Amino acid sequence: MIQHHIEACTKVPSMKEILLVGFYQPNEALSRFLVSAQQEFKIPIRYLQEYAALGTGGGIYHFRDQILSGSPEAFFVLNADVCSEFPLPEMLAFQQQCGDPHSFVMLGTTANRKQSLNYGCIVANTETNEVLHYVEKPSTFISEIINCGIYLFTPTIFQHIGEVFQRTQQELLLEDSTNGWQRAEVIRLEQDVFTALAGRGKLYVYKTDGFWSQIKSAGSAIYASRLYLSQYSQCHPERLARNSPGGPTIRGNVYIHPTASIDRSAVLGPNVSIGKGVTVGAGVRVRESIILHGASLQDHTCVLNSIVGWDSTIGRWARVEGTPSDPNPNDPYAKIDSETLFRDGRLTPSITILGCNVTIPAEVVILNSIVLPHKELSRSFKNQIIL
Amino acid sequence: MSGVLEGAMREQEQRLGIRISLSHEKEPLGTAGPLALARELLTESLEPFFVLNSDVICDFPFTDMVRFHKHHGKEGSIVVTKVEEPSKYGVVVCEAETGRIHRFVEKPQVFVSNKINAGMYIFNPSLLHRIQLRPTSIEKEIFPVMAQDAELYAMELQGFWMDIGQPRDFLTGMCMFLQSLRVQHPERLHTGPGFMGNVLVDPSAQIGENCTIGPNVTIGAGVVVEDGVRIKRCTILKGSRIRSHSWLESCIVGWLSSVGQWVRMENVTVLGEDVIVNDELYLNGANVLPHKSIAESVPEPRIIM
Repeated sequence: MIQHHIEACTKVPSMKEILLVGFYQPNEALSRFLVSAQQEFKIPIRYLQEYAALGTGGGIYHFRDQILSGSPEAFFVLNADVCSEFPLPEMLAFQQQCGDPHSFVMLGTTANRKQSLNYGCIVANTETNEVLHYVEKPSTFISEIINCGIYLFTPTIFQHIGEVFQRTQQELLLEDSTNGWQRAEVIRLEQDVFTALAGRGKLYVYKTDGFWSQIKSAGSAIYASRLYLSQYSQCHPERLARNSPGGPTIRGNVYIHPTASIDRSAVLGPNVSIGKGVTVGAGVRVRESIILHGASLQDHTCVLNSIVGWDSTIGRWARVEGTPSDPNPNDPYAKIDSETLFRDGRLTPSITILGCNVTIPAEVVILNSIVLPHKELSRSFKNQIIL
Repeated sequence: MSGVLEGAMREQEQRLGIRISLSHEKEPLGTAGPLALARELLTESLEPFFVLNSDVICDFPFTDMVRFHKHHGKEGSIVVTKVEEPSKYGVVVCEAETGRIHRFVEKPQVFVSNKINAGMYIFNPSLLHRIQLRPTSIEKEIFPVMAQDAELYAMELQGFWMDIGQPRDFLTGMCMFLQSLRVQHPERLHTGPGFMGNVLVDPSAQIGENCTIGPNVTIGAGVVVEDGVRIKRCTILKGSRIRSHSWLESCIVGWLSSVGQWVRMENVTVLGEDVIVNDELYLNGANVLPHKSIAESVPEPRIIM
């Protein structure tokens, strides 16, 4: 997923290094990814692990010395859980035009009135694009321009974050709390920093109409995949699979990793991504799905609106199907809903997810279900979470 | 509708070399009234006649029935069959040795007998004196009187029996029929790679490659089953097409229907005549009326009209 972020960063001339900041434990998969990404994109990439979950601003504040080492003029901050065209060079050009070399730029896009309440809302001066007012997830309508979670900062941002940190610490000292020092380091960029910066001539918004989506649920991953694949079809068509004699039938935008092995009678797409070393048997149909590394789809299976986890196996004639939760196609500004898992006591129909190393026997149907890793199923399941 | 029936009966007349007459009720006359309607046809000869409900399947032991009826010499014989759950039906209480019927009990609450009316009878023409030309139920109005008059006898059916009025029971009856075929005429069943258990395939049907058909499948004339199809416990009626990679279990596919590619149908899905099911759908217990086109999955059982 962050491969797209990294690739977008390398498009900015004069990008010197990439830092990944997070609370996850590093593991082998991450290390291998970093190695291959550095080889592919020829830029230093490091992972910095937070010692505790520090909120959307605490992490960069904690590692500010690392970020500022080498004296960069500016740096981008990208949330990993967004899918976007990443118009980073355009944001940089926009900032340089703004006049103030210490100004910060936030990427914004348009949402519809109702859904804007789920995001950070930006009110900006229409001529100068200065952010006049910012509210994170308001309860009443503020603006249709929302925060994309992609920012361009200069080193002076740390002064502002530092002020927030000091202030929070003071407040906590007044309270009687044992974990005061730790909690002060949790800084929310949106609520604590941007809200204060709005209207002070420091924060600007660069509006984009390019594609953008949040990726908070599995359903969003499939939607995001569709957006990226269609971006590829315009900018990198050579990365997408094409119909060829003796090859499988390809419909729409399909990505197939070179090491995957696909039977010629299979029909793939639209919106399919096939990972490394995947085996797709005879007469298989895959549509609107992501098949992760090492998975195996045996003959005549049908996989629709699903994510099949690493090294999973789907038996012959099985059907693995989910329900898409795409935004309203008639509204150009509609965004994908962050779904509630349950509604009225039942599991909301959603994308079917098979965890890693799941075995689906032959001839069953798995519908709107979530299967946890390493499960070996013995029968059909519908609308269930299988633990 | 009756035009189709008349045409089919004419074919059978020619094939079997017998006379088939059709008696058409203008209004529904129940289970006894139609006999009064056909009084003239039935009394042409003095011989006893069969009355058979068309929605049952069994071995049809007609010779045994005739022998039994002539032996007791009374007015009527009913074939009865033993079932596991008699309370779902009307049960017959009869004498073990002679088979003389004492009485009928509708859906008994306590165990009375495990023999139920199998829907096949032989009557002497004198029966017709008991029936008037009006809606009449033979089970409720005629049989109890005949039982009191000691004129009704029960012959127990050996072998399989099923009421096939409901789709679910139709498929169960089909399985029983195929099993009896395996015992009596195994050469009529289809064998070979890709065929499992009891499968009946019309010679004019075409089955593709890499299919697995059976157990318990009946495939009608002119049916085309494309490559990579899995069919279990289904009846595929004449002229249908099952497209590649689909998976069907416990279904009835109506005449001239078309099931798309990568379709999954299960749980007594019934397609009427000339139904089209689009590719990649999932039908679970869908009952589809004739000439419909299905473009969306049916994840829970319902009727599509």
